[in-house]
Amino acid sequence: MPLSETDLEAIVLTLELATVTTLILFLVGTPIAWWLSRTRSRWKGPIGAVVALPLVLPPSVLGFYLLVTLGPNGPVGWLTQTLGIGLLPFTFWGLVVGSVLYSLPFMVQPVQNAFEAIGERPLEAAATLRASPLDRFFTVALPLSLPGFVTAGILTFAHTVGEFGVVLMIGGNIPGVTRVASVQIYDYVEALEYGEAHRLAAVLLVFSFLVLLALYSWRPDHTRK
Amino acid sequence: MAKPGIQARVRVQWPGFALDVDERLPGLGVTALFGHSGSGKTTLLRCIAGLEHAAAGEIRFNGETWQDASTWVPTHRRPIGYVFQEASLFPHLTVLSNLRYGQKRSQAKGQGQDAREARFSLEHAIELLGIGHLLKRRPASLSGGERQRVGIARALAVSPRLLLMDEPLAALDLARKQEILPYLERLHDDLEIPVLYVSHAPDEVARLADHLVVMDAGRVLASGPLNQILSRLDLPIRLGEDAGVVLDGRVAERDERWHLLRVACCSASLWVRDSGAAIGDHARIRILARDVSIAHEPKTGTSILNTLPARVLSLGNDAHPALSLVKLDVAGSPVLARVTHRSAEQLGLAPGMTVWIQIKAVALL
Amino acid sequence: MKQFVPVSAVLALALAAGTAAADEAQIAVAANFTAPMKTIIQMFEEDTEHTVKASYGSTGKLYAQIENGAPFEALLAADQKRPELLEKEGVAVPGTRFTYAVGTLVLWSAEPDVVEDGEALLKSGDFNKLAIANPKLAPYGEAAMQTMDALGVKAALEPKLVRGENIAQTYQFVDTGNAEVGFVALSQVMQDGQITKGSGWIVPGDLHEPIRQDAVILDKGKDSAAVTALFAYLKGEKAQAVIHDFGYETE
Repeated sequence: MPLSETDLEAIVLTLELATVTTLILFLVGTPIAWWLSRTRSRWKGPIGAVVALPLVLPPSVLGFYLLVTLGPNGPVGWLTQTLGIGLLPFTFWGLVVGSVLYSLPFMVQPVQNAFEAIGERPLEAAATLRASPLDRFFTVALPLSLPGFVTAGILTFAHTVGEFGVVLMIGGNIPGVTRVASVQIYDYVEALEYGEAHRLAAVLLVFSFLVLLALYSWRPDHTRK
Repeated sequence: MAKPGIQARVRVQWPGFALDVDERLPGLGVTALFGHSGSGKTTLLRCIAGLEHAAAGEIRFNGETWQDASTWVPTHRRPIGYVFQEASLFPHLTVLSNLRYGQKRSQAKGQGQDAREARFSLEHAIELLGIGHLLKRRPASLSGGERQRVGIARALAVSPRLLLMDEPLAALDLARKQEILPYLERLHDDLEIPVLYVSHAPDEVARLADHLVVMDAGRVLASGPLNQILSRLDLPIRLGEDAGVVLDGRVAERDERWHLLRVACCSASLWVRDSGAAIGDHARIRILARDVSIAHEPKTGTSILNTLPARVLSLGNDAHPALSLVKLDVAGSPVLARVTHRSAEQLGLAPGMTVWIQIKAVALL
Repeated sequence: MKQFVPVSAVLALALAAGTAAADEAQIAVAANFTAPMKTIIQMFEEDTEHTVKASYGSTGKLYAQIENGAPFEALLAADQKRPELLEKEGVAVPGTRFTYAVGTLVLWSAEPDVVEDGEALLKSGDFNKLAIANPKLAPYGEAAMQTMDALGVKAALEPKLVRGENIAQTYQFVDTGNAEVGFVALSQVMQDGQITKGSGWIVPGDLHEPIRQDAVILDKGKDSAAVTALFAYLKGEKAQAVIHDFGYETE
């Protein structure tokens, strides 16, 4: 049986959310990962712990804090209203903010590990070959940590697809705006519409498996002998 | 006016390690930084390269300030080439891209556009290190020796004004070392820039160094022209198991019949086994103190080929109480001889005395 | 035997022998009824020799757990539909189903003076968002939709709707100010017969179907003295008073 229109809408929305989240996290997570991998600051521990928090926090807790912080009485809500953006809860970009925070460790940790695995030596070699710090980052650090970036990107994407609790808390379940596939499945289960739930869940399951299969099968070129 | 050479005043203090050096290093030739591991030689080299940010002090190169209290020239703006112990090639680039990495950037920065500075074209470096056949390969598919040759060529391709080499042969086995040493000797003859060469291997130092800086526990023990240091009687500096000197000369004559070469060294001549070197080639020979004996008269009826007049400069003690080391002047070059105290007394050796030395073995390096 | 033994002796015996003598009821309770149920259980355990172990959760989840062999002996649902279904499927004991509470819908805002004339406010649409419980899942959501339908504002308000998965989440949307107004349960905003925070309008009962919450004894509890006693207790005066205090009606 084909998927219904609302299911397709939820899937498209989910993929959009995961794509935007992953792209933003590449931009946001990479500098954090770089800093964590290179710093000797005493802030390394605390910042690393904050980045890892979403791994431990129940999504509903994170979602509730977001609802309060992004709301009209919260600091971020005040800021977005002052800037004329309006309030973020119940909007697509609100979900993006939530997903970025929730998936942050899935981006930062693999990339940080990859950066750490490079060591100082290739960067020192590049420095003696006249490469400036930024140059070294883009021509040596990034290519050498490509496997870490691929892992991080896929994990972030997949994790966002599977995200539920945060979306539930700040989404408001608006069709086409914040009703993603995981919420749709939840609704089906809660409404005892197990057949529909199975179908949509199967699509997610197959998708996730394929993504992870790609991840576990992929090897970068220069690690082959 | 700019003073040529490297002025390095560096202090580093880490837990369990301190480096405190104030040295002027020559602006030409190969200067070996020699010492045990942990003596601070690599740290000193890294300070000069700007790779140790924690170091305090002053670094000047030919009068140009690279570091002092108010200046810090970052590594990528210092006109250096650096060869690491383990080549450190970029695994994601081919050999050619590795070589071009620094070359492109040094040209873009205007360094090396000056004809005087562009001593090393990429082609020259490739030819000098014999790596033309490797250009399309990836570092992972190269042998250790090949990798190190690419590493050296890569450092040369930036047309450095100072070449820093950190134990470039230490990670290689003996066969690979023998593969690369000739290339380094070619460099030595070919390069017109100063080279700082960190090593703890006596054979490398004997073959390559013009100047020697001996380091121990973060301090400079002795520093000066190679032979001046090696012939000092007051310092327990040995290249290998025995005291001895290294002399530079040129191949002057070939004796085809007996397969010998005559090496002209200052105003003296020494016969050595024919190594295949061409007449006029630079030749470096090593004379160990234990192979030198002293007599009042030139001996005849002996198997020893090399007998030379010499003047006693000074006498000192060797490690064993029976032995003494005699420092002699042979046509302007210092040579060490090891004799027993008894022989020294019987011969009546004293500074200023003229004697004849017989050299049992001369090694052409 | 038992009737010849004084109650205190039975209690002493029960304490000494753990739960061997007294019966224990294991029940599932809809999340919205958590607060009143805790009070009722406390009273019930004081007044009888029985004990109650209650699990609180969304009716949908509890239903799925019961379907799949969860060891519950009774269900206090948030609606009528799930107990009816369990009855039809033969998982519940026939004839034990009854309405233990009727929910009251309130249009509520966390800010004072926002909701005065609720009907006029709904018709003006003068608010950023209107939070409701997901009508597909929650009876309060269904009642909210019926109310808007009856007032003829359903289509107009549709773009402003945000849906909580349950009535608790709907309350959070409004309480944090992210939705200016919302349809919530009176039991969530009332204490001692008063709306304690913000402003609210109790939706007249004729605008929507009554929000009946049914309880039913499940197969596993058909021989349990404790469950039988608890059901009788729920219908009694003491429990009914508690239910009213928490903003529910009874039938």
